Amino acid sequence: MTNKTYNADLSRRHFFSKAAAAAGMAIAPGVFLRQVHARPAEQAATSEKRWGILIDTDKCAKGCDSCVTACMNENGWGEINNSEEHSNPHQKAQWIRKVTVKDKQTGHVQSLPLMCQHCENPPCVDVCPTGASMKRADGIVLVDKHTCIGCRYCMMACPYKARSFIHEDLEDQKVVAPRGKGTVESCTMCVHRVDEDGTPACVEACNADNHNAMYFGDLKDPNSEISRQLKQYGGEQLRADLGLNTGVRYRGL
Amino acid sequence: MAGLLALPFTVLAGDAPAPEIPKAKEKATEEYGCVAPVEYMRKNHMDELMHKRDDTLREGIRTDKFSLAECINCHVTPDEDGQFASFGEDEHFCSTCHNYASVSVDCFSCHRDTPEDTDYRHSFNVGNNPHHGKMALKGNKLSVETLKVLTEGDQE
Repeated sequence: MTNKTYNADLSRRHFFSKAAAAAGMAIAPGVFLRQVHARPAEQAATSEKRWGILIDTDKCAKGCDSCVTACMNENGWGEINNSEEHSNPHQKAQWIRKVTVKDKQTGHVQSLPLMCQHCENPPCVDVCPTGASMKRADGIVLVDKHTCIGCRYCMMACPYKARSFIHEDLEDQKVVAPRGKGTVESCTMCVHRVDEDGTPACVEACNADNHNAMYFGDLKDPNSEISRQLKQYGGEQLRADLGLNTGVRYRGL
Repeated sequence: MAGLLALPFTVLAGDAPAPEIPKAKEKATEEYGCVAPVEYMRKNHMDELMHKRDDTLREGIRTDKFSLAECINCHVTPDEDGQFASFGEDEHFCSTCHNYASVSVDCFSCHRDTPEDTDYRHSFNVGNNPHHGKMALKGNKLSVETLKVLTEGDQE
């Protein structure tokens, strides 16, 4: 018994010393060069990173939907995959949508893309009865369709209406985005691209169209473009009052 | 009695020829051909895939070994016309054995069953899986008699 306690203590101390070393590295970012290499394929995602997207609503062009189209092309939903022939447009999947908001007092109209906000405290994960709704160590919120039973609690819990349910058999899915009947899905922050050091399709398309309204990067790296932008100009969370600490931030709202 | 019982089994065994398994596109390893010895893969592929799926989705580990996408890329090959069989058809690599052994697979209700950017030879919905609407009850329609019993029954 005594032995056991001793061992537990040792490993605890070991853990703390390691944690302190890791924290030290993070505290002095300027000393180290920024990591430019992709995480090796055999290495798991860690909480040393937290991926986020910053959206500048002033730069987001009204009537432009290149982020939505890019997402469809990348992940094979919407017009790209017309498998759900009996469903109406409101029932069909919407991983990302363009929303127009108007200030009734001033008449100021803004346009912005809305998708899964990749919360730090995701309500969809809280309510999931099977553990299918999950957050990866690096902050990306996903649905594990292997265990999703299609109960749609997460759809009700999500304050951003970010999730969709597949009602019918699908065919011709993309390799990178398996989707199927009876499961819930949402924006994956293009996790397959992120794992290969890439940028989500929506951000890439926005930049390609020279709108540059979206920044993608590591929120925990103070030297990343997104962190510098957030530090200098700020960025709001949608429904910050809910305390979800979203990974997607908006500026100019 | 024993003879009577044995008869149907002999007939069945005679009726189902061993499946012809399509050749893979290339050798993943020189040593085994596949990523592991063939005997091991035949017996354990489902466990390896199950293990890999959690690693990949939950941890972000994206190695090629035991990745379903890589299995499909290598094993699902085109016919003479350059077209690909979809899961459920006997010519599809997974179906050859799974149809023979009558073991259903859920992978392809979500996962793509052919390499990316390939055309299906037929529609996806072949086979007889009651969970999937368009496939349901194709060869399994209720007979007229059964329907009659079900709908008209004794209702006095």
